[in-house]
Amino acid sequence: MVTQLVKGNTAVVIGALYAGCDCYFGYPITPASEILHEASSYFPMLGRKFVQAESEEAAINMVYGGASAGHRVMTASSGPGISLKQEGISYLAGAELPCVIVDIMRAGPGLGNIGPEQADYNQIVKGGGHGNYKNIVLAPNSVQEMCDLTLKAFELSFKYRNPAVVLADGVLGQMVEPLKFPTSAVQPQIDTSWAVAATPQTRRNLITSIFLDFEQLEGFNNKLQEKYELIEQQEVAYEEYMMADADIVLVSYGISSRICRSAVEQARKKGIRVGLFRPVTLFPFPEKELFKLAQTGDRTFICVEMSNGQMREDVLLATRCMRPVELVNRLGGNLITFDQVMQKIEEVAKGGSI
Amino acid sequence: MKEKVIGRPAGLYAEFPRKGGAAPTATHYCPGCGHGILHKLIGEAMGDLGIQDRTVMISPVGCAVFAYYYFDCGNLQVAHGRAPAVGTGVSRALDHAVVISYQGDGDLASIGLNETIQAANRGEKIAVFFVNNTVYGMTGGQMAPTTLIGEKTVTCPTGRDPRYAGYPMHMCELLSSLQAPVFIERVSVSDIAHIRKARKAVRKALEIQRDGKGYAFVEVLSTCPTNLKQDAEASTRFVNEQMEKEFPLGNFRDRSEETEPLCRNVSDFTKEAIDKAFNLDTEASPDAVEDPAFGQVLIKAAGFGGQGVLSLGLIIAKAACRAQRHVSWYPSYGPEQRGGTANCSVVISGSAIGSPVVYESNILIAMNRPSLEKFALDVKPGGVILYDSTIGEYDIPEGVRGIAVPAMEIACKTKAEKAANTVMLGVLKELGVTKLPADAFTEALAENFAGKQKLIDINKKVLEAGAQWVRDNL
Ligand SMILES: Cc1ncc(C[n+]2csc(CCOP(=O)(O)OP(=O)(O)O)c2C)c(N)n1
Ligand code: SF4
Ligand SMILES: [Mg+2]
Repeated sequence: MVTQLVKGNTAVVIGALYAGCDCYFGYPITPASEILHEASSYFPMLGRKFVQAESEEAAINMVYGGASAGHRVMTASSGPGISLKQEGISYLAGAELPCVIVDIMRAGPGLGNIGPEQADYNQIVKGGGHGNYKNIVLAPNSVQEMCDLTLKAFELSFKYRNPAVVLADGVLGQMVEPLKFPTSAVQPQIDTSWAVAATPQTRRNLITSIFLDFEQLEGFNNKLQEKYELIEQQEVAYEEYMMADADIVLVSYGISSRICRSAVEQARKKGIRVGLFRPVTLFPFPEKELFKLAQTGDRTFICVEMSNGQMREDVLLATRCMRPVELVNRLGGNLITFDQVMQKIEEVAKGGSI
Repeated sequence: MKEKVIGRPAGLYAEFPRKGGAAPTATHYCPGCGHGILHKLIGEAMGDLGIQDRTVMISPVGCAVFAYYYFDCGNLQVAHGRAPAVGTGVSRALDHAVVISYQGDGDLASIGLNETIQAANRGEKIAVFFVNNTVYGMTGGQMAPTTLIGEKTVTCPTGRDPRYAGYPMHMCELLSSLQAPVFIERVSVSDIAHIRKARKAVRKALEIQRDGKGYAFVEVLSTCPTNLKQDAEASTRFVNEQMEKEFPLGNFRDRSEETEPLCRNVSDFTKEAIDKAFNLDTEASPDAVEDPAFGQVLIKAAGFGGQGVLSLGLIIAKAACRAQRHVSWYPSYGPEQRGGTANCSVVISGSAIGSPVVYESNILIAMNRPSLEKFALDVKPGGVILYDSTIGEYDIPEGVRGIAVPAMEIACKTKAEKAANTVMLGVLKELGVTKLPADAFTEALAENFAGKQKLIDINKKVLEAGAQWVRDNL
């Protein structure tokens, strides 16, 4: 295994290359642009395909084309660009096309600014485009996971023929950490049972999201829901840190979870029993696990996220409001501070509910 | 009558089961519609050229949304106006594919105009068949970009008035201003004589794809008797007399003879090739060791854009990596860097790192006054501030050690004006405040300028000058 110091955005490209990604289609936007830059040099270096598209809409539709061909393809962007891609993502989900979309979140709404935020949660995890569809959503919290979860995203998107999103933020994109490189490279195969690969074998195949007949479309929608249920049963991933005896549970993903980890360590030194529950998959959301935590013991949950509580809503649903679910957040491009988290932990600990 | 010009084309299915319904050989198009005729011409050429196995037909949104009912080849159906982008994706992934983008005027010239122009301008290997019927057929006859002046539609009920709705768009003329397209022609399918000419253009566009030569565009003046409320004769007359006047027929460009086939690279998926691209054999860092006793060192480096504070931080991070410490580096990014000040955070730790962003530091390196003023109060008691001596007087907070380093001066003396950041690095190395071994700095410096021996030599000199300054003065 080889380690190098690597930027988060570069790690995404590294993950994609070892995952057998053949085409990259993108449009510049801070703080995701390095993915485009690195793709523009590494993809052609390996004979793979790179196009700087005229817009995010074009990029996601190029993804639709490459994915239809049965190839492993990807795009990356940030908030405003992801909003533009939503039409295409709905079509990809409707045509059951596998692909990977990376969102390096920045602060909104509108043009907002280029600071980090986690406010694309709803538009990525809840859909964002039209129709009853879901993306598989993976949330890295380190440079290592920017690479590893990009690989994983390709694997899952092909396993389920569904778009997969790597949901990160400006800090994860821009930061540098040691990366252990993947130890094997995927040799991609075209699945001729559905792909339109310009071959005699695939000549009868059709990629479409149209079902004119209402009953048929309902049937297709139900089939999608069954697929999502299967994903929920099989692919939930999360990480627990010092959870065994925790009275206070920090629930946090992405970069915010890194700050939480430091806070857990500090609080433990002060004798407060705090743990961190970090969803790694946002869809499927680790609902059952959170429900179990809510059922057993008198725990207080604290959601720590750089949004107006978008993930907190899912924690409330998962815990069925059986226990208090607090929120620590920052908006507008500001990172959550360690002090903020500590303050809330101490407040809750003093509150005597524990 | 028109149907007889063409027999049953080999490129179309004999029956259309995807359509469903009682009449398996009838299309969904209205009688007298131009779409049906163009389908036959394309199907005929596809069959004759023997390209069906490698053809990918892209159905648009519009009346031709169901083109995939009919064409016996690989089929995709896509979003409104996005066919050229989808075609780009297909063509880049499948270099051998014959890609056909079939689009109406609303699809191609309105909602998808950008995709249309950009794909043409990139010279994508796509044949675009553009059905200009001056109206949005599928949605009930609204005005299209190609609607004629004075022509009545449901959204210009008194006729298109250019003062409010502009003028008809001429797509062949527009695309002719681009360098990349190989073939551009406007034809009509209004009657037998016109269909004969159209057949040639359709075939040419597909031959260009068969040979992998690039972008071909065929605009087809077409009838929509249903929405224009015309019978067969009136619609033929409308195309021949009114549309042709606005949209003159003819070839705008044919560079098929002189154009060489465009072959794209073959993808390499081997691990060896990827490893090599990242120089994994020569550029590797050792893995970090768990050593909680080391604790954490939090560093902030800040200064003007060009003062090299980001690379200063990065070299410290590389030194920490060489010393087998956990490490993270995080820069301020974006417009902040433009002219203004830049800063970065470096965390060095004996165990896994939480937040990579440094709010309170143990070490601040400030290359200019604004940075010093901004971050000095966040230095923890017992911490160190290194600042350039040109900043002048500054009240260092209590409990913090302030060191004014003549970094720019030393850099100038060493004839490396831009290397004041390396002087600071030398000071850090000598002070030992990062708790990293001195040789890790030297190695990291060499790694940073990998392969550029001249830069390595100069910077090593500067690094040592910084270290010497510490020995002489502190
Ligand atoms: C995003 C989006 N906007 C609008 C529509 C509705 N729509 C369907 S077809 C069409 C117009 C098609 O007109 P044209 O491209 O001229 O094709 P024709 O039917 O005339 O062949 C529109 C606006 C849609 N399907 N998707
Ligand atoms: S509405 Fe017009 S364009 Fe559509 S099928 Fe009928 S005649 Fe053809
Ligand atoms: Mg039309």
